[in-house]
Amino acid sequence: MNFNKSLQISRSLSKSLLIKMYWTMLKIRLCEESLVEPIIQGEVKCPCHLCSGQEAIAVGVCASLDEKDYIFGTHRSHGHYLAKGGGMPELIAEIYGKQTGCSRGRGGSMHLIAPDKGVMGAVPIVGGTISLAVGAALASKIRKENRVTVSFFGDGASGEGVLYESLNFASLKRLPIIFACENNLYSTHMPIKECRSKNNIFEIGNSFCIPSYRVDGNDVLKVYELTKKAVEKCKENKGPVFIEFMTYRLRGHVGADDNIQGNRTDIRPNDEIEEWKRKDPLKKFEKFLLENGFLTKENMEIIKKEIEEEVRNAYVFAQNSPYPEKSELINHVFKE
Amino acid sequence: MSRKLQYSLAINEAIHQMMEVDSSVFFIGQGVKSPWYVGNTATGLLEKFGSERVIDTPVSENAVTGAAVGAAIAGMRPIIVHPRMDFMLYALDPIINEAANWHYMFGGKSSVPVVIWGIINRGGEQAAQHSQAFHALFAYVPGLKVVMPSTPYDAKGLMIAAIKDNNPVIYIDDRWLYKTEEHVPEEPYIVPIGKGVVRKHGKDITVVSVSYMAVEAVKAADTLKEKGIDAEVIDVRTVKPLDYALIFESVKKTGRLVIADVGWKSFGFAAEITAAVCEKAFKYLKAPVGFVTLPDAPAPASSALEEIYYPCSDSIIKAIEGVV
Repeated sequence: MNFNKSLQISRSLSKSLLIKMYWTMLKIRLCEESLVEPIIQGEVKCPCHLCSGQEAIAVGVCASLDEKDYIFGTHRSHGHYLAKGGGMPELIAEIYGKQTGCSRGRGGSMHLIAPDKGVMGAVPIVGGTISLAVGAALASKIRKENRVTVSFFGDGASGEGVLYESLNFASLKRLPIIFACENNLYSTHMPIKECRSKNNIFEIGNSFCIPSYRVDGNDVLKVYELTKKAVEKCKENKGPVFIEFMTYRLRGHVGADDNIQGNRTDIRPNDEIEEWKRKDPLKKFEKFLLENGFLTKENMEIIKKEIEEEVRNAYVFAQNSPYPEKSELINHVFKE
Repeated sequence: MSRKLQYSLAINEAIHQMMEVDSSVFFIGQGVKSPWYVGNTATGLLEKFGSERVIDTPVSENAVTGAAVGAAIAGMRPIIVHPRMDFMLYALDPIINEAANWHYMFGGKSSVPVVIWGIINRGGEQAAQHSQAFHALFAYVPGLKVVMPSTPYDAKGLMIAAIKDNNPVIYIDDRWLYKTEEHVPEEPYIVPIGKGVVRKHGKDITVVSVSYMAVEAVKAADTLKEKGIDAEVIDVRTVKPLDYALIFESVKKTGRLVIADVGWKSFGFAAEITAAVCEKAFKYLKAPVGFVTLPDAPAPASSALEEIYYPCSDSIIKAIEGVV
């Protein structure tokens, strides 16, 4: 981490914001990791795409947003949902298929929503929510609201045509939207060099006259700083903005550690995995907070204990919740 | 107050009236500024409501339909128009994966009140990619409603009902109907989604028709009256949810059924109605069901082939004479 740069950013931030960001990152990490054993044991059957290693993006982006701002997500959106304020008990209950889940057990891990927190929906069709996010931004523009929409998508979505149509339309209409590409270098099992002739996703935005940036997605302060500026641009009617966040997932594509080959071994080079473990966004931020006296080890232990308690309570809530009534199988197809 | 109004202008009036009373309604799609694309259905909208609510778009059906769906998720009531339904296939992801599933897959926490309007452009030697009718495809998908008005009165009333509905509604019209004219009330009104109508009462045979074929079916019934065959014509108006009760009631009375569709024969509208009647009203059938549909083939360009590709009232007469 470039400590000087981070220190410079942190000086403009309140201590409470730094602690809040740390708290939320750790919350996401512990929540994600709590799912590993239940997945391996077969207790959780719903496919979960864990975001361990990518927390800094969810947290840095969402910390720069207001509650009323919108986000749209992907198959890997536990972190986005929690960072924007979605409830952990409702997340775990959803993964367990319970009626108290955020989607009443109809959606599972890949369909998360918390409309009152601006989590407008996450879906697993790659690129599927990009145009929806453009539409939400269009709605805000028509209503003349001071509201920003963030469209989260992965590097894999850069292979989908809808991204290019959406960038063009959003640019034409100068919509208040941030295209937030989380480039974790793999599209399921496919390394990016086998998906794109050049690893240059952020440059796509330039072709549509959209200010486009690439940033270290494992540095929560840099993520926050750049997104904050992007939010301001959008609110000044100077949207859209395209940001590519460079990152890496510490687990497999799906489940505890599977990259789709079906044998729970990681197909990624060991050296690469080790290198990215050293760049773990949570460890980096912890080191920064300790070295600059924002938190002590004791503080961190207390925070960790509190979050562990929160995670335990979320599981108790999920386990004590009922499954949806079988008689309600076809409810909700239409809204009355 | 009622005065005569063209079908296309009845749609136009519905949009004007809804945009006036509800600021969340907006109109978006390719060619909304161009009569060449949307006929006179968009007349006066841009002038009255401005380019913020009447949005002409590049040919990007996927993203623009997705944007309409996303705006609906964010609380608007968009109308997205596809001047040729064929191009709407680029937008199957936002229509089916997103809009249709949305309310269910989020357990009812979010809904998609969007009107997705596709215009059928048959004939005119336009061939396979400018003429298709995909109502059966969309009706197959849970979570979508599909309406197909055949009269100016219904065109207005169903458009208003579609805009007010809290779900994605596929509104399908046919350019062959645009010049038809009848008395249409000036004030806003609703034709309920899911309710068919008996266009002509009869006792000998039931003709279940949809969209343009409802017009042809009434013509056929008038001709057959002179020959002593008393046909009952149902215009379903809504393909999904279909008014099964109305169909069963008529079949119980007549014991005979011909289905007149604007689509292909296999796996479609006619097949669904046949299946439903076999399931719920089989014992009333006195004869095999007759079909008036497109053949299972793409539309040809040559007018010599078009003449036999598209069924008309004569095709319906033949089908009826085959089962009575």
